[in-house]
Amino acid sequence: MSAQTLYDKLWQSHVVHTEPDGTTLLYIDRHLLHEVTSPQAFEGLRLAGRKPWRLSANLAVADHNVPTTDRSHGIADPISRLQVETLDDNCAGFGITEFKMDDVRQGIVHVIGPEQGATLPGMTVVCGDSHTSTHGAFGALAHGIGTSEVEHVLATQCLLQKKSKAMLVRVEGTLGKGATAKDIALAVIGKIGTAGGTGYAIEFAGSAIRSLSMEGRMTLCNMAIEAGARAGMVAVDDTTINYVKGRPFAPKGDLWDKAVANWRTLVSDEGAHFDAVVELDAAAIKPSVTWGTSPEMVVTVDDKVPDPAQEPDPVKRSGMERALAYMGLQANTPITQIAVDKVFIGSCTNSRIEDLRGAAKIAKGKHKAANVKQVMVVPGSGLVKQQAEAEGLDKIFIAAGFEWRDPGCSMCLAMNADRLEPGERCASTSNRNFEGRQGAGGRTHLVSPEMAAAAAIAGHFVDVRELMGEV
Amino acid sequence: MEKFTRLEGLVAPLDRANVDTDAIIPKQFLKSIKRSGFGPNLFDEWRYLDHGEPGQDCSNRPLNKDFVLNQPRYQGAQILLARENFGCGSSREHAPWALLDYGFRAVIAPSFADIFFNNCFKNGILPIVMDAEEVDRLFKETAATEGYRLTVDLEKQLVTTPGGHGISFEVDAFRKYCLLNGLDDIGLTLQNADKIRAYEERRKIEAPWLFV
Repeated sequence: MSAQTLYDKLWQSHVVHTEPDGTTLLYIDRHLLHEVTSPQAFEGLRLAGRKPWRLSANLAVADHNVPTTDRSHGIADPISRLQVETLDDNCAGFGITEFKMDDVRQGIVHVIGPEQGATLPGMTVVCGDSHTSTHGAFGALAHGIGTSEVEHVLATQCLLQKKSKAMLVRVEGTLGKGATAKDIALAVIGKIGTAGGTGYAIEFAGSAIRSLSMEGRMTLCNMAIEAGARAGMVAVDDTTINYVKGRPFAPKGDLWDKAVANWRTLVSDEGAHFDAVVELDAAAIKPSVTWGTSPEMVVTVDDKVPDPAQEPDPVKRSGMERALAYMGLQANTPITQIAVDKVFIGSCTNSRIEDLRGAAKIAKGKHKAANVKQVMVVPGSGLVKQQAEAEGLDKIFIAAGFEWRDPGCSMCLAMNADRLEPGERCASTSNRNFEGRQGAGGRTHLVSPEMAAAAAIAGHFVDVRELMGEV
Repeated sequence: MEKFTRLEGLVAPLDRANVDTDAIIPKQFLKSIKRSGFGPNLFDEWRYLDHGEPGQDCSNRPLNKDFVLNQPRYQGAQILLARENFGCGSSREHAPWALLDYGFRAVIAPSFADIFFNNCFKNGILPIVMDAEEVDRLFKETAATEGYRLTVDLEKQLVTTPGGHGISFEVDAFRKYCLLNGLDDIGLTLQNADKIRAYEERRKIEAPWLFV
């Protein structure tokens, strides 16, 4: 057999049937559900008199609408409350496992899947959520789907798919001081653009990727969709296997050994063909900050806001001008002169324990600047919150004037009460800086948890490397 | 799903790249547990001057007169002309639901984001990928001619301008078949139920840890 990519292997092992035009019925091992993209799918099942094909493949959690402060009174917004109750009712009615709002295992769907071992190497994982690409960090084929496909997976345990092209993003070397997986993600998007990965499944490889923890790999794969690729993935190694071992849904005993032997094969073969190859030098990656309304509008922290006048392409130029007007920024302003009103540390990109440790390290013994109105720290799950508290991170944040919240998607997309007011500027560890994403009129700058904490302390963007020199 | 065969419709131009699904239908409207009724909130933040909330009567809200869909000449448009990477970002199917509810049946752009592109086909909307230069030409013609209409023939895979210029486009054979016939994917897949069961039996032996 010719050399195969990791993507080839994952694809091939899940093919149920292929039509002459290449349309393939692909088997889905794990289906994750949340309250926003599932109600219409359950309704469709009910109207057609269908039942879920394989109940045990499904795992549900409410994350988008849940409050991140006191939950003892439930959800105040009646429309949000109805959506969460609808998920509860659907899961109870169809017999699907759900972590409810009062369950310590509740959290952001892309945090809890891996945390529970519900995401395993070699799986196909889907969810009605574009950031499902996160789970590819485990050597899984994972991507977001729409609600019609949620219904399709519930009813048939399969998806109709066409194989994507394969892209290799190779990052070699050692990351520079202060740079994180988030900065790799932003550097990749800055290089290939938000449509650069369209039509591709991306494999991230190279020594810099191998050196990342699972948390870092999840951050990177999470943002594959921001580069246009539905799926991002990283080959299996010891880091992967050590992370999975002992998790509640992970195999045990003999099955564990059998599984590990299989997972060890989940790497791209030497000489496997990729349709596109992108290479980055890890040492050149610096802490980054987005300045516009698309994740590709990104520069390093020591740079300036770019000048549209220098852009030859008229469509791009008008996009830049519109972005600067929306963001309330002037061309050529140094990034470190941009003051922030709020800081958000959380989201499926950066709310895991390592992210909170990174932010806490910067915030320790310091206090947020007077001009910063609010700093929200929202852990990715109840278990991440517990772990952080066991390490005393909550005390560091609270002493720094940060708010220590309950788990959920929160101000990444502001479906619950956590949001920016019009014109407010935010340093955010989330994944999208689109217009209105964090609240109508809100202005989002995407950064790493360390850079977000540093901005909170300084009151403006600051090169985290300088702060690290001090400590 | 409604069939898509041939459409002769008014064109509305949305001249910006990277239009994301948050812009197509903002998050507050995703709290709905229904599939319909999103049309009045399509492009809500661009279309109205105030902040929209679900359940609101939109007929009295202040309109942003500068936004293209609010211009009288584009009322009743069924074909949306767009730029690169249309539909990027969130996987929300509420985006095609909103476009459809508003009245759009086809979107023409040089490129689309994958998930949005796929979601369109599930809802009887035809997304047409067209060469950037041809798209540019359509933008110019639309701007120059009030009441500019295009004919989209899915069977022939052809877009025809009022001047008789024909532009062919690609579409997957299977997706075309489903759209032309208004077919529900699930019913088609379930015709392969035996193959799915056979696959599962094989996998239970190869990878038993997946079936615990």
